[in-house]
Amino acid sequence: MGSFIARRSLQSLVALAGLIVLVFFAARLTGSPADLYLPIDASVEARQEFNEKHGFNDPLTEQFGRFLADLARFDLGHSIRKDRPALEVVLEAIPTTLALAAVTMTLAVAGAILVGSLAARRPGGAVDRLGSTLSLAAASAPDFWVAISAILLFAVALGWLPTSGMGTFWHWIMPVGVLLIRPFGILVQVVRGSMLGALAAPYVKTARAKGIGERAVVFVHALRNGLLPVITVAGDQAAGIVNGAVIVETIFGWPGIGKLMIDSIIQRDFAVIQASILVTAAIIFAMNIVIDLAYGLLDPRVRHA
Amino acid sequence: MSGHLLEVNDLAISFGTVGGGVQAVDGISFHLDRGETLAILGESGSGKSVSASAIMAILDCPPGRIARGSILFEGRDLLSLSESERRRLNGERIAMIFQDTLAHLNPVYSVGWQIAETLEAHKRMAAREARAKAVRLMESVGIPEPARRANDYPHQFSGGQRQRLMIAMAMALEPALLVADEPTTALDVTVQAQILDLLREARDRTGMGMLLITHDLGVVADIADRVAVMYQGRIVETGPVREVLGNPQHGYTQRLLSAVPGREPPPPRAPVADLPVFEARNLTKHFPITGGLFRRATGEVVRAVDGVSLTLHRGETLGVVGESGSGKSTLARMLLRLEEPTSGAILFEGKDVSSLGGPGLLSFRRRVQVVFQDPFASLDPRMRVAELIAEPWTIHKDVLPRPRWNARIAELLSLVGLQPEHAARYPHQFSGGQRQRIAIARALALEPEIIICDEAVSALDVSIQAQILALLDDLQRAMGLAYLFIAHDLPVVRQIADRVAVMQRGRIVEQGPCEEVFERPQHPYTRALLAASPVPDPDAQAARRKARRELAGA
Amino acid sequence: MASASLPGAARGLGARRWLAMLARDPLACLAALFLLLLVAAALLGPALIPESAGRMNLRLRNAPPFELANGWLYVLGADTLGRSMLARLIEASRSTLMVASAAVALSFLIGGTLGVLAGYARGWGATLILRMADVLMSFPSLLLAVVVLYTFSPSIANIVVVLAVTRLPVYIRTARAEILELRERMFVSAARVMGAGPVRTALRHVVPFVLPTLLTLAAVDFAYVMLAESALSFLGIGIQPPDVTWGLMVAQGRGYLASAWWLAFFPGLFIMLTTLSLNLLASWLRVAADPQQRWRLEPGGKAGDAP
Repeated sequence: MGSFIARRSLQSLVALAGLIVLVFFAARLTGSPADLYLPIDASVEARQEFNEKHGFNDPLTEQFGRFLADLARFDLGHSIRKDRPALEVVLEAIPTTLALAAVTMTLAVAGAILVGSLAARRPGGAVDRLGSTLSLAAASAPDFWVAISAILLFAVALGWLPTSGMGTFWHWIMPVGVLLIRPFGILVQVVRGSMLGALAAPYVKTARAKGIGERAVVFVHALRNGLLPVITVAGDQAAGIVNGAVIVETIFGWPGIGKLMIDSIIQRDFAVIQASILVTAAIIFAMNIVIDLAYGLLDPRVRHA
Repeated sequence: MSGHLLEVNDLAISFGTVGGGVQAVDGISFHLDRGETLAILGESGSGKSVSASAIMAILDCPPGRIARGSILFEGRDLLSLSESERRRLNGERIAMIFQDTLAHLNPVYSVGWQIAETLEAHKRMAAREARAKAVRLMESVGIPEPARRANDYPHQFSGGQRQRLMIAMAMALEPALLVADEPTTALDVTVQAQILDLLREARDRTGMGMLLITHDLGVVADIADRVAVMYQGRIVETGPVREVLGNPQHGYTQRLLSAVPGREPPPPRAPVADLPVFEARNLTKHFPITGGLFRRATGEVVRAVDGVSLTLHRGETLGVVGESGSGKSTLARMLLRLEEPTSGAILFEGKDVSSLGGPGLLSFRRRVQVVFQDPFASLDPRMRVAELIAEPWTIHKDVLPRPRWNARIAELLSLVGLQPEHAARYPHQFSGGQRQRIAIARALALEPEIIICDEAVSALDVSIQAQILALLDDLQRAMGLAYLFIAHDLPVVRQIADRVAVMQRGRIVEQGPCEEVFERPQHPYTRALLAASPVPDPDAQAARRKARRELAGA
Repeated sequence: MASASLPGAARGLGARRWLAMLARDPLACLAALFLLLLVAAALLGPALIPESAGRMNLRLRNAPPFELANGWLYVLGADTLGRSMLARLIEASRSTLMVASAAVALSFLIGGTLGVLAGYARGWGATLILRMADVLMSFPSLLLAVVVLYTFSPSIANIVVVLAVTRLPVYIRTARAEILELRERMFVSAARVMGAGPVRTALRHVVPFVLPTLLTLAAVDFAYVMLAESALSFLGIGIQPPDVTWGLMVAQGRGYLASAWWLAFFPGLFIMLTTLSLNLLASWLRVAADPQQRWRLEPGGKAGDAP
């Protein structure tokens, strides 16, 4: 287990390094920031001065070397757009996204375990058929469309909920609701499948032969085994929210990392692009490792492998 | 009120399927007293395990359904109890142990926890107290270092130890009735003998009644007082073990007993020509153990096969016996060139097999064939029987011209005792024994000189096993085949082999003519193996038990 | 093959048996019907609706849906330029389906092949493929897409490549895991003992078992890729006008939510219906392709097959 985690960390570091190189050069291929930050009729001298100030005149390799050197000191550069350290801008946006992801995933996982377990108790029953079809529909829903349909209904037509921003409880409902749909749908299917397998497993027979109550049979003996595949999928989904909340954040004006990233790309704010991708990637890698650990915690066979 | 501990009356269980109900158990009645062991003996599909599930109330309903009958336990009808009343009896008054212990113990909880759970569920015992009791129970079934090992998980124990844990769990509250469903079936014979001793000791100490579900006549003879023989959902014969096994009345019981291998001395065999065709010289296979961050070899190895030498002569059968982990299957895979040896040589007609390539290898493949243990796995499920048998001819194009394929397929099918019409069917449409016949027909398609049988009859019921052994024997006489017959079952090897090699931990510890090795074993391991191997005769079993104890004491 | 000399029904499960199993699952049946209709419309659309898709009709600007006064072409309303929504949707279905099928086909073929190779080969080649898959897997895929598309201009070809690359690891890992399990199966060993070479064992005994799994995966993936493409188009870094996909139509209609809701609603509905149909069909296929579960879809079970 220990060496497995070490190997995963090493892998993540390699991926992270690849990402850094890719992002650095790709961002610079999008064009010169001077075109965006100076008036169109800015003189050649003014452009020259702007580029000089931000170091865009130096050869790319030199810029990259400087970037790496700064990186080693946890200095991720300066945001041109906001005129502040890029890392500061990113760290401001991260908590709002993480909060959104945490609330969404908690609700999705809890709901999916409940619905999926109930469906698996009686396969082919009413709960199962309804739950399976609805969860398939949920897993198929395009989130941006659900988001604007929700705005249309709850904000424009009914006027119950605010269209964008954050602050009150009411601001959370639509973003969480929209983000929730797909992970919930996918997780219900996974929980149902794995609980179906776990409830049919021989150790469940043993538990019944030992005289354990039915509730403990389902929620102590079967569930812990049934949760193993769920953890992996839930982890993937959570990672998906951290790097994919872009759409929901853009539509609902949620000041998270996704919105920041899109804005920075459009505005060629290189330092912020780099910093935000680096930080999200690091968070996702950390999450992956936490998931591996959780897996080992739940399944001794993995721990001893 | 009857005085019996358990009384089953006219129990019938059906399984609903889409095509209508199947009567799995068709009105069986039996009883069991305190301190007594009743064996329910039957082959696969006889309904014996389903009956046990019904007694334990762990039958899957649906599709199972108890159609009629009653199950009286200490005078109370179990079938009329509510689910929670019924559940309270399980574990406290009635307990059960199962065959596949790895699957029947929960993989994610420690064994100590699982044993303690029974105590906590029924006795409202405090966690710490239950835990201490669990450790004592583990000690009583012979688990070394129980206090430390209570924290370990099922996969960290051997098969025999897991069955001991299962027994500890079942005996935790000293139940009045223990249902044991094939408790020793997957275990090596030496371990099987220990588990049976443990069960006998527990029964005698607590005076419980034991219902033993088994297919193994040797196990019945070893431990049961009475036996009920089940066949196609009915009990066809019941009585004291000595009577039923000594003087069977029903035709099925008679067939079953006559099918047991090694009961009668094997028929005299034609003398074998002294022409070695296949030879292994000092064969070794080591698997490296890897570990660490980059999965480097640690330098340590598992010695699966460790310096094995043997010869196989034309037309003879060489038996290789060994328990699980003895390296016998790895040996087979090397001889078939499915696995490269670490060192040593395999000679086929004097030529080194490992140096063969291209046409040489193809000709080797043509002349050495195999029949594997599991007939469910060794036939490609997507191919029809005709395609399966013809596949060798599509690889070796010069064996048989295509126009004659169909005729030859029909011929081969008749030869192994199947119908020519079976050619158009798929493997899943056949029973285990029939599939093994198909596998033999396929092996014969190339008219080989050597067939390696890797546990070829181990997965089959005793009566089917006898038929396949007879078929192999007939084919050998008719075609002059040589068999390398690998098995864990000594009587089977004794029945079919001319010479036998006994393997233990990758080495051959004893080798010689069959009669000599079985009658006058030299190596202590061979002696232990023979002493542990059960025979369907209660008196002989008692004598063997005694001999075994002396062997262990010596 | 011996099958050539055998009389009787087609090999494996006949087409009729598959249809019968489909008929037993009404939802999957509806899904298949919808997908057929969709593909037919996408293929034949241009022939049925010549040039009307691009024709502007300012009189019909933002015409509401469900009114037949303007002819059946306007049954789903018209867009801000007075173009028929129905015609636009059919036109968009072509590029939507094309991008998704191209991406899925690419990742299916490359990923499947690499997976089979990684399962069969030992040594550094297999290790390299696997490590590559691991690294790709731990990449945040949407970020990757955003960066690459923003850099290399969002053309159809680039979108297909980006989507295909992000899905590669799924196929590699699935195919490899199946191969590793299959190559240890007894019937594969049996084939080797018969003298079958690696190519024959792979094509005859191993790949046919991997295909159903990969096809089911591809159906689910098609839905996933469609959603990803629409999301990218919605963000403005996917398909660019004058090309049009459903995702782009949702994006374009977003500004008119209050005045003409149907501009964004219908294309989104079609995305949803298509992905739902694919998922329904995939979950049916999983049951139908599994011999252990297939009986659920068969009338009366198999009476003659008793062991």
